[in-house]
Amino acid sequence: MQNMKIKKVLILGSGAIRIGQAGEFDYSGSQAIKALKEEGIKTVLINPNIATIQTSDYLADKVYFLPIESGFVEKVIKKEKPDGVLLSFGGQTALNVGVELFECGVFEKYHVKVLGTSVEVIKNTEDRDRFVKKIQEIHLNVPPSKAVSTVEDAICVAKRIGYPVMCRIAYALGGLGSGVAYTEKQLQDLAKKAFSFTKQILIEEYLGGWKELEYEVVRDRYDNCIVVCSMENVDPMGIHTGESIVTAPVQTLMSSENFMLRSLAIKVIRHLGIIGECNIQFALDPKSEDYRIIEVNARLSRSSALASKATGYPLAFIAAKLVLGYSLTEIQNMITGETSACFEPALDYVVVKYPRWDLQKFRRVSQTIGSEMKSVGEVMAIGRSFEEALQKAVRMLDVGLPGLACSDCVFSDLEKELKEPTDKRLFAIMEALRRGYSIETITKLSKVDPWFIAKIQNIVTLEKVLQRYSLSTLPAAVLKEVKQKGFSDQQIALLVKSTAKDVRVRRKKLGVIPFVKQIDTLAAEYPAKTNYLYLTYNACNDDIVFKDKNQVVVLGGGAYRIGSSVEFD
Amino acid sequence: MELKRQPAKLVLKDGSIFDGYSFGANTSVAGEVVFNTGMIGYPESLTDPSYQGQILVMTYPLIGNYGVPGDERSDGLLKYFESEKIHVQGLVVADYSEVYSHWNAKKSLSTWLKEQKIPGISGVDTRELTKTLRKSGTMLGKIVYGKDNVSFDDPNKRNLVAEVSIKRPILYEGGKKRVVLVDCGTKNNIIRAFLHRDFTVLRVPWNYNFLNENADGIVLSNGPGDPKKCKDTITFVQRALSKNIPILGICLGSQILGLAAGARTYKLKYGHRSHNQPCVEVGTKRCYITSQNHGYAVDKETLPEDWREWFVNNNDDTNEGIIHISKPFFGTQFHPEASPGPDDTEFLFDLFIRAMR
Repeated sequence: MQNMKIKKVLILGSGAIRIGQAGEFDYSGSQAIKALKEEGIKTVLINPNIATIQTSDYLADKVYFLPIESGFVEKVIKKEKPDGVLLSFGGQTALNVGVELFECGVFEKYHVKVLGTSVEVIKNTEDRDRFVKKIQEIHLNVPPSKAVSTVEDAICVAKRIGYPVMCRIAYALGGLGSGVAYTEKQLQDLAKKAFSFTKQILIEEYLGGWKELEYEVVRDRYDNCIVVCSMENVDPMGIHTGESIVTAPVQTLMSSENFMLRSLAIKVIRHLGIIGECNIQFALDPKSEDYRIIEVNARLSRSSALASKATGYPLAFIAAKLVLGYSLTEIQNMITGETSACFEPALDYVVVKYPRWDLQKFRRVSQTIGSEMKSVGEVMAIGRSFEEALQKAVRMLDVGLPGLACSDCVFSDLEKELKEPTDKRLFAIMEALRRGYSIETITKLSKVDPWFIAKIQNIVTLEKVLQRYSLSTLPAAVLKEVKQKGFSDQQIALLVKSTAKDVRVRRKKLGVIPFVKQIDTLAAEYPAKTNYLYLTYNACNDDIVFKDKNQVVVLGGGAYRIGSSVEFD
Repeated sequence: MELKRQPAKLVLKDGSIFDGYSFGANTSVAGEVVFNTGMIGYPESLTDPSYQGQILVMTYPLIGNYGVPGDERSDGLLKYFESEKIHVQGLVVADYSEVYSHWNAKKSLSTWLKEQKIPGISGVDTRELTKTLRKSGTMLGKIVYGKDNVSFDDPNKRNLVAEVSIKRPILYEGGKKRVVLVDCGTKNNIIRAFLHRDFTVLRVPWNYNFLNENADGIVLSNGPGDPKKCKDTITFVQRALSKNIPILGICLGSQILGLAAGARTYKLKYGHRSHNQPCVEVGTKRCYITSQNHGYAVDKETLPEDWREWFVNNNDDTNEGIIHISKPFFGTQFHPEASPGPDDTEFLFDLFIRAMR
């Protein structure tokens, strides 16, 4: 049960929105505040970001618009005298400041309890050498790596591991300054650049081309563990998760692989002693069951925001309840209102997250994507076929693309584009398929799993099928098929040389319409009580009844982009 | 692409029709329609003998992604499957993936279904179908291909266990310690669980008199249908209970154990078929995520004296396990052997092995 001594809690926000740390931490912080308020606990928030929801007057009891820096936080602690502090809801910034304050003895001095995962545990996940040591204690695989503090040492370690090597920075936000070195010269350049703003870098085995998977794990103080969501990156290892197209649940793993990684995730989280929520990243060899544990984030993250929205499981809210001392079995599943929060969501749809880049706003910025995050926002699409979700996602980016079909990106060197991905990589795959490249060739060049490419091939095939018809000759079966594969009326119009308006009229006449489905965390096993919805053409009936006459539609701001950010939330 | 596909449909006893396309064998079949909410693991699920007589609906829409593995064997058992053949009567999915991709795959799901003459139908709104089954309860149904119509058929009237159990005992040699596994439709992973723990497993038919076998313990396997049909097994288990030999019942085996002890069983509205059922160990705050596939359950109110509820479902409060207060008799409604599903409760095999010492 709840730790009754806690009456007032300090929450550290994440500060200004930046690449690698965006609205997801507003979401997690807001959820935490709600969870605490429900328990009658006073909340004090520090966050200088005026655009966030968590700083609204109806949420926290007190809000300080101050920098997330140890000096300022200490002053607030001195004044407010909170009983506890939450460090894991404000991203890397809050975590780093929390560790700093702990080490200077500030929490001890003012008798502030760090709620949930302890600082020692956080340090075990953040400091690479300590992390590797902890994982090796339970005999699990981590990529061979070594932390170094000089360029010479970096080169020496790289020789031992063998090129190519990955160069990473500890405590880094959005993979800042990291990269792959294929040669000694490249490593020298990378290391020099890195040491200009950090004292320590990490030289690591390079796992380019391996599958990249993420599991969101929740643990309570009674040692109950659940894995809320599994996610697979369409882009293989080597591309930052923030730059990757991500799908939930995993698509290309067989059962034994998936449940092996699930068990490993639980083993790691138990061994580390995390309480609340965390995220674990794996690399999986595409040709065997060999795996590596890449990292553990002992906090809410970008991926947990995605996992929450993808499954309907309120991760941040539940995590906040757990750090107060509740057990998972004591909390109710808010979606069904009758089942327990101690379960693993079953999805009956597919989710695609797509990043949005605004690289064209800058001159002389490289368009390539890799281990450093450049994207400024993202969207999530839901469908009942992968093609449907993927094409929806591309449209929702609002970058002027009608989806994958009819995309007209021009590539001067297609093979290079496939080998060295840019923000246009999926369109390059689309173009390669149009030009007749085989799935195997594209996989060889791009390292994207053939399953994903085959799904894009389906879109290319339908693109060609549609071109054979005019709107008046288009059969209902074909129209239904392309709608089920995510073609918009606009795309269809472009291919049958008509207008979106006319396509829509004909489509409705032929009875090809979408249906509204609910996200219910249990794949329809129990009735859902919330209105968390998506539209799909892969259906024959609506989940909900439309009866209210006086309803208002609110349009959101869409993906974050430069000029449109969390303020519209 | 579905454009080229052969139409087929699923017809339910209440008259509802779900149109789709055939991607398995082009035949018509009848059975009991059930849904499974697990998102992964179709090669294991389809070969689980507990699905005998049932038409299986997958609620996760994308099926076939990673193909089907080959027929490699280890310890005499198919390495990647739960029995020798597909046991579902038919398969219903939303979006079948024609192209599969996996290092371990040897063929597509479609090819496998055709080889084993099992119909499969895709393009179905499986969510709508699941909602129908949830509201009405499990229903009879049929997959109809072309003009080849069949009549509805209730598999629960048959002795399904007799259909799937082996006919003669099989010995899997391991270490010195030995369990008798009463095969009511066992999954291979139960056998593997004991072989991996260095046990010899004597697998016997469901109606075999195992009382004179020299065994350190008796395992009652999972299996299809109504436990009350297993009269012979119940009789032998009743006699075993008086002998103090450790007994572990899994799924149907737990129901048989309950019936032998004197409890009653009943049919659930739509059963539990999923990989995410939370089970709390009674008297603790420990909750395990379990893999399940059952349509019947033990009525905990009817447990005799000396028996206790061991696990309870945290969602719907149904019984998930029974235990004797002093003797080494255990039953779990869920599958500690997982496959497919989470292995959170695999330690129960170790617990049972401790009881055998």
